[in-house]
Amino acid sequence: MRSGVIAKKLGMTRLFMEDGQQIPVTVLQMENLQVVAQRTAEKDGYTAVQLGVGAAKAKNVSKAQRGHYAVAKVEPKRKLAEFRVSADNLIEVGEEIIAAHYFEGQYVDVAGTSIGKGFAGAMKRHNFGGLRASHGVSISHRSHGSTGQCQDPGRVFKGKKMAGHMGAARVTTQNLQVVKTDVERGLIMIKGAVPGSKGGWVTIKDAVKKATPENVIYPAALRSAAKEAEKAAEEAAAAAAAEEEAAAKAAAEAEQAALDAAEAETPAADDAAPEGGDET
Amino acid sequence: MNMIEQIEAEQIATLGKDIPDFAAGDTVRIGYKVTEGTRTRVQNYEGVCIARKGGSGIGAAFTVRKISFGEGVERVFPLHSPNIDSITVVRRGRVRRAKLYYLRSRRGKSARIAEKTNYRPLADKAGS
Repeated sequence: MRSGVIAKKLGMTRLFMEDGQQIPVTVLQMENLQVVAQRTAEKDGYTAVQLGVGAAKAKNVSKAQRGHYAVAKVEPKRKLAEFRVSADNLIEVGEEIIAAHYFEGQYVDVAGTSIGKGFAGAMKRHNFGGLRASHGVSISHRSHGSTGQCQDPGRVFKGKKMAGHMGAARVTTQNLQVVKTDVERGLIMIKGAVPGSKGGWVTIKDAVKKATPENVIYPAALRSAAKEAEKAAEEAAAAAAAEEEAAAKAAAEAEQAALDAAEAETPAADDAAPEGGDET
Repeated sequence: MNMIEQIEAEQIATLGKDIPDFAAGDTVRIGYKVTEGTRTRVQNYEGVCIARKGGSGIGAAFTVRKISFGEGVERVFPLHSPNIDSITVVRRGRVRRAKLYYLRSRRGKSARIAEKTNYRPLADKAGS
């Protein structure tokens, strides 16, 4: 089990595919997503990573929190969240996770705080049908109707669906598909809607109800690893270029040698030709 | 410009559509790509644009109405759809509404739209 990520919901847009298909996407942004702390089995009894995202002004962060960030040697973060991971997927403190953590087409679960609806009636909150518009119904067209039986049991059962506070609760939407990622800007585009308002924080995890794909990056897609890979690729490219150059040089040298040899031969041939001519 | 607007602007740029200046009341001809099995061809659809919505953003669309075999037909096209091959303005109409939904209840003579005689191309379009 690898770590998830925290992201900010920027809003929704659409993407046009080449065949004219339009895909509604939610754009999520990861900004300076770093590991702030580790939870280990020896110390805490479970293994997890604490991630932080965004940037908070130091003056707005409590002294205790500042100390916590100072230990990790990271900038103060706007949002912290813990992700349970297996012991071999722990990530070093201070490492930055990039958007390549998820690949295009992967299924993820997204959790966020839904938009608050305030005190909502039973029709809006639980999709009740309400009462009739006529036939003697007065001033209770949107009420919930009966809430139970009679003298026996003589009470309303616990958990009865009634009017009350709606929204502003943690909601997880499962099996959403990643459509596109942008590592440079830290963007993840997810097909469909995710819970919460624009500017709200959401957590993204690998879908629990799908088999984990084989090509996910363990323990996470890290900025340092990406940089190293880039460096290695550059070095490899440089080495390849140098090799090619050397090969080209060698080839050129060989050609030059051949030319020289040919040149050395041609005068001899020229000399030989007139002689041949004389003979006939 | 916020990130969403930026993404949309980039996408519009990559789609690279050449969209003419047209509005509700104009008669337009749309070349729409149709895929039949493996091969694609362009099908023309000509009618009166009765509504434009969404401005010129990535989610913009327009509605084209025509009378086909005596039956009114309306099609909604996404403005930036890759399936739109071409948009040609056939005739510019003079109308006093942005949405010409009243045409749905009109037939024949009363559903005519007068031609706009004082059309001037947009300054930026004329310049380019």
